[in-house]
Formats: sequence, C-alpha cells, structure tokens
Amino acid sequence: MTKVSVTRLNLHYEEFHALKDVSLDIKDKEVTALIGPSGCGKSTFLRTINRMNDLIDNVKIEGEIKLEDQDIYKKEVDVAQLRRRVGMVFQKPNPFPKSIYENVAYGPRRYGIKAKTHLNEIVERSLKKAAIWDEVKDRLHKPALSLSGGQQQRLCIARALAMEPEVLLMDEPTASLDPIATARIEELINELKKEYAIIIVTHSMQQAARISDKTAFFLMGEIVEKGKTKEIFTVPKDKRTEGYITGRFG
Amino acid sequence: MSDTGKSVPNIQKILHRKDLKRSIKYQMGEVIIEKIIFMIGITAIVILGLIFYYLVSTGLNVFREVSLSEFFLSIGWFPVSVNPKYGTVPLIVGSLIVTFGAVLISVPIGIGSAIFISEVAPSKTRTVLKVIIEFLSAVPSVVLGFLGIVVLSNWVRIVFSISTGFTAFTGAILVSLMALPTIISISDDAIAAVPKDYRDASLALGATKWETIWHVLVPAASSGIIAAVMLGVGRAIGETMAVLMVTGNAAQIPDTMFTSVRTMTATIAAEMGDTVRNDTHYFALFAIGSMLLFMTTIINTIADYVVSRGKREGR
Amino acid sequence: MSKKFKEKLAFAVLALITMCVVIPALFILLYIIYNGIGTISWEFIFASPRKGMTEGGIFPAIVGTMSLILGTITFALPLGVGTAIYLVEYAKKNLLTKFISLAILNLAGVPSVVYGLFGLGLFVLLLGFGSSILSGALTLSCLILPIIIKSSEAAIRSVPDLYREASLALGATKWQTIYKVVLPTAMPGIITGAILGIGRAAGETAAVLLTVAAFFLPRLPSSIMDQVMVLSYHLYIISSQVPGMPDAVKNGTALVLLGVVAIFFFTATFVRIKYKLANRG
Repeated sequence: MTKVSVTRLNLHYEEFHALKDVSLDIKDKEVTALIGPSGCGKSTFLRTINRMNDLIDNVKIEGEIKLEDQDIYKKEVDVAQLRRRVGMVFQKPNPFPKSIYENVAYGPRRYGIKAKTHLNEIVERSLKKAAIWDEVKDRLHKPALSLSGGQQQRLCIARALAMEPEVLLMDEPTASLDPIATARIEELINELKKEYAIIIVTHSMQQAARISDKTAFFLMGEIVEKGKTKEIFTVPKDKRTEGYITGRFG
Repeated sequence: MSDTGKSVPNIQKILHRKDLKRSIKYQMGEVIIEKIIFMIGITAIVILGLIFYYLVSTGLNVFREVSLSEFFLSIGWFPVSVNPKYGTVPLIVGSLIVTFGAVLISVPIGIGSAIFISEVAPSKTRTVLKVIIEFLSAVPSVVLGFLGIVVLSNWVRIVFSISTGFTAFTGAILVSLMALPTIISISDDAIAAVPKDYRDASLALGATKWETIWHVLVPAASSGIIAAVMLGVGRAIGETMAVLMVTGNAAQIPDTMFTSVRTMTATIAAEMGDTVRNDTHYFALFAIGSMLLFMTTIINTIADYVVSRGKREGR
Repeated sequence: MSKKFKEKLAFAVLALITMCVVIPALFILLYIIYNGIGTISWEFIFASPRKGMTEGGIFPAIVGTMSLILGTITFALPLGVGTAIYLVEYAKKNLLTKFISLAILNLAGVPSVVYGLFGLGLFVLLLGFGSSILSGALTLSCLILPIIIKSSEAAIRSVPDLYREASLALGATKWQTIYKVVLPTAMPGIITGAILGIGRAAGETAAVLLTVAAFFLPRLPSSIMDQVMVLSYHLYIISSQVPGMPDAVKNGTALVLLGVVAIFFFTATFVRIKYKLANRG
C-alpha cells in the first residue's frame, strides 16, 4: 500500500532550483533509503514530507505530496497535525534539556493528554518500542543529556514514536554515532518497519544496502534511479548510479 | 499494533480525537499569541522612538526665544539671571574636558586589564577579576559621587595643593571608573573572539606569548577594542551624578583640568527642578538633552559600524 | 634584553595596570562597609528620619526604592522579554528589523539623565501622572528596557535550532515550542539579564530625581500616584545638598544602597555561575 506519494515536486530556494521534478512512491511497512552525494537534495526532499522547509524563508514548492489521499500542501492542512502523523529523527541526537520522561511525554502533552496513567503508558510503550526501556527504566527522571549519544538517538526515536506517527523520517540518524550504536539503531529500524513507513537519508552505501527495501538515488536535485534496493545495488541501470555506488564501495 | 494489550488505551484514537478538537482552538490561539507578541514588540519600539521624537521636538522650542548662534556659540550660561543667557559652550566644553580626562585614564588601563584578564591571568583569577569588574559596573554612580566628596576630592586637594578638590580632574577619575568596566568587558570579548588558529600559528613559529599577544591578538581584535573605547566614551559623556557631585558646577570655560566645570548632564539634573514647564529654560534643558542623545547615538552607531566592518573583513 | 625577560616585564606591567581597576573596586566596597556598618541598626532600617534627617532611620527611602523596583519589574520584564521573543522568533530578517536592533543598541547607550528628561516631560507633565511611583517606574522601565531586550535576545538566540526543530517535528505549534522549549532553556540567561537591569534601576539617581524622588517625606506611600523618597536620591541630597549632615547617616545610607544593588548583582552572578556549571556537568 502506498503511504506517501510524491508527484513532480519542484523546490526553489531563492534562485537555487534544489529539487527538480521529483516523483516517488513510498510504501507502508517498508524502509526507503535516499542516497546521493552531499548537497544532492535528499535531506531537502525528506523535509518536504513533514513541511519542515516551511521554517525557511524564500522557499517555493510546486507539485504534489499526498499522505494517503490528502495533499499536504493544501491551504487547509494544519501543519502541526501533519507533523504529528509524520515523525522525524534528526542527524544529531537532539533531546530537550529535560528529563528522559519529559522528553517522551512532550509531544502527547502538547496534544492535551494530561492523565498521568495515559502518559506513563505512552512513555513506557514508546521507550520499549525504541529498545531503550531496559536501559533507562530506573532513571526516567534523570536529564536526557546524561545519556550516551546512541541512547540519546534512541530516546529521540522513542519521542517520535510517542506521537503514534504513520511515517518516520530519519535524516542520517547514525551519522554522529559509533559503529556499535549504529548497529543497534539499524536493528531497531528493522523492527520498526513492521509498523511504519520509514524513509531514511544515509551517506553510507552499506547501511542503505543492509536496511532498506527500496532505494532512490539523488543527484543534483533529481532522482536518477529508484527501485528495489537489491536491484539498484547489483544491477544499476544508470551509469551515474553505478559510478556512485562502486566509487563508494571501492 | 503489535504490542497493544487489552489494558492499553488506543493512543492513536485519543490523539485523533484531540487533533480534531485542537485544530480550531489552537490555530486561533496561535494567531492571537502572534498578534500579542507583535504588539509587545511594536510597543517597545514605539516607546523608544517616542523618546527621540519627544526630546527633540520639545528641545527645538528653545529657538523661539534664543538664536541658534547664542545657543551654540556664546559662552554665557545664566538661565536664571534677570537678563538670561543660554550659551551652551561652557557646558559642552565642561562635558568634553571631563570625558577627555576620563578617556586618557581609562583607555590604557582598560585595554591593559582586558589583555591581562583574557590572556595572562590563570583561569580562576580570571573569574574573580571578571566578577570584580562587573561589580564595579554595578556600583551606582551616586555612591561613586559620595566617595568622591568624602575621599577623592580631599586627596586631589592635598596632592595638588589647590584650594578646592571639586575639579574637572576629580570628575574625570570617577567617570573613568564608570567607563572602565565597559571598555574592559568589550575588549576582553574581542580578544577572546580571535580564532585559536592565530594564537597557535604564532606560538608554533617560536614567538613568545607576549609577542603573540602584542603582534597578533591585539591587532586582530583591534576593531572590537576601538568599539569598546567608543562605548566607553559614550558612557563617560552621559555620566551624571558623579560629575554633578564632584566637579564644582561652575559654568565656566576652564583653563586647566584643576578648576571647576559644569557638564551638560549635571546642568540638566541640577537645574530642571528650578524650571517652569514650557519656559525657555525648560526648553533649553531639553535641547541639551537632545544634544546628548545625538552625541551618544553617533558614538554608538560608529561603534556598531566598526564592529560589523571588523567582522566582515575578518579583523 | 632577552625575550623571556621582556615577556615577564610586560606581564608584570599588565598585572599592575589591572590592579588600578581592582583596588578602587575593592576600596569602594570595603570603605562603604567599614564606615557604614556601625550605623546599621534596627532603628536605622525601620524608622523614619527625624530632626531634619540627622537622626532616625531611612525606612521611607527603602520602601520607596522597593516600590520603584516592583513597578519597574512589572512594566519592563514582560515588555522586554516579549520584544526579544518577537525579534528572535517572529520578526523577518529585513531592513526594519535591522533598524530596530540598531535603535535598541543605541538606546542602551543613552544617558540616564536623558531618560529622566523624557519621563519628566511625558509621564510627569504631559500625561499628568505627576511626581509619582508610576512616573518613576515607567521612566526606569524605559531606561532598562534596552538592557533586558538585549540580554533576553542573546539568551533566546543561543537556544539551539535543534530544539526548535525537534519540537515542531513532533507536531507542537510555534507558540508551544517557544513557551515549552525555547523559554525554559533560555531562562537562566533571561533572569541574569533582568536582575542586572533591575539592579541598575535600583541604584539609578538622575532619572528618579526628575520623576519621582521627594526631598523629605517621612511617611509611606499609599498608592502608585504618591511621591516617595528614594535611597539613591536620598544619598545624593544628604551628601551634597544639605550641609552639616552627620557622617554616620551618610555612610549608613551609602551602605544600604550599595547593599540593595549588591544583592541583585550577586544573585545574578550566582545564577550565571550555577547555570554554567550545570551545563558542563
């Protein structure tokens, strides 16, 4: 089932044409990896799906992005609610300078969930889903910034899961982590795709190959090639994809 | 949902219900708050604009009675005599001489201390020194003026064996104490902002720490230091209570630093109580206030320009 | 002269120069404490002045200063922090915003006596508030507004964008993000700036002299439209306008005034140091 459907998306930042005629369908319960060199537009593309680009002045967006059957750039769309349905995990772990518990409860609280029992359940369930519950259950009220980088990132994932999103955007979530922490996050992504549509931007070819079902290769704001990960990595159709992949492997 | 037990509420449903309720309420709240914040921002700015407008428009009334040349060029300030004179030259000279004296004292001391604090002092000493200097900036000027009367003026009188200790020089010393924290903290920031690479590069070439400070850091921080001095000058011109209390308040053009003077600020503070609203004297004091406003604005704008130009050119 | 010796000499000279600032600062503190402490008594703090202010206490002046501080906090704090929020979170990066920032920067350097003039003309006379706590507090608010705006702006700007993004990405609205994430994170910086600004207002003389301060008024204010005695102005008149004042009264008043200002100053310093330590750990 198609969860997010992007059709002929163009994004201009002032004079710069950052995304050119991008079309991509993202299926539910799959991991879609976006790869490509720095500045190719993959992160910009990711941020169009929860409209985080709205925060930047002078950005112009044309084309259509549908979440299920709703066009998310329609005027009547409440951006905050869209972002609740489309969760995001950032490149650098960014827990709030609050306790572990408060970090996870932050989102639900903003939606008026006040009952302590509900919040406790949400926090526990989210932390369990993010595979960090056992490590933090005894110190839920300690500052989140006292956790290690890998734990902070899993906490950020738990924080996003607390909102019961339908899509999870991940912007190079392991870029600042060591290999062991990276492996744990990758394991977690594998677990999470049973429930969510996951879109991940990554610099690491190996990571894309390991965890994704579909891959889209971005170059200079265009999608050069997209399809099943296995096929792209074994028999790329486009010369440029081949060059990029082999260059990185070799 | 894989792990949804029977006791766990369906959060997604709750959120969805809350979503629908929230949609209208929060969107409206958001718009209202944005409007309020905007109004607050504009209010503060309007107040600040009002200060300029009100002072200048009131002050300009003085020229209905007093000619431009008398106000700016004549040397007699006798606002309460039978035949009043409104020449501001002695007051301007008074302000300038006190400021000049204060700058002469505070600039070398200020820059020297800033270098010592940011580059020489060990980290613990630095923290203590910074607290002491910030404390100095927090001391009310009336307290400095009080000490000026009971201590400093006596010292000045005895050391220079003059008949009175209430002189421009006494005022300059007190004003330099008020300008020093400004000069030190801003110069210190400027020196600390010099990239570490410069320091390392110079030290790696075999230069001593002192050579590095003198030939690399101080030139690199020069625009910030100039701005610090400018802001110190602005602070000195505007200082009121301390000079009112120790400079003797004679509206005369002094021949040395060791005679009494009267500054523009002191004139306003001392004479406003004697004026009648909307008489010429009242307007004249507002005109002096406007002059002060223009002087400090020009000084601050130049300082801001020097800093931003310095940033652009990477100095 | 060897390089090493030259360096030692230079550092010694710099240390000496720094002493030229440190010694007067400490002298001020110690002189006022040493000479004033003998005067401080229950009566001095809590009684009204008698016999032409040569005896009794300075309670009305203390109350006057406190009521001015309270009034100033009421006006300046919400207005200053609100403006800072507007400038950082809402204002577009255009020429107008740049002009506003420059104006605020400049107003921070305007002499306090000029604010006094403004307050006298606008609040006391034109708006008819008279010489009153209201006029004085409004004038002091204008005076410290640029200080509070600047420090709050710096504090809010120093909150990393990562936090804002995280909150928005969770579906929080802009105001929720500001109120629940940005402001709590910026709070120590905002508080420090506010306390320093208020400390400045507490010791301010020129501005209150023109707008509120009474020469001698040995009773307590009953409303914000009342004139009051003010500590700073009181110190000014007893030390330079009234001949034959006993030294004890002057020294005691100076100590109380410096004490009030020092309380604000050291609270702010404490908050700042504690916050820095907490950040490191």
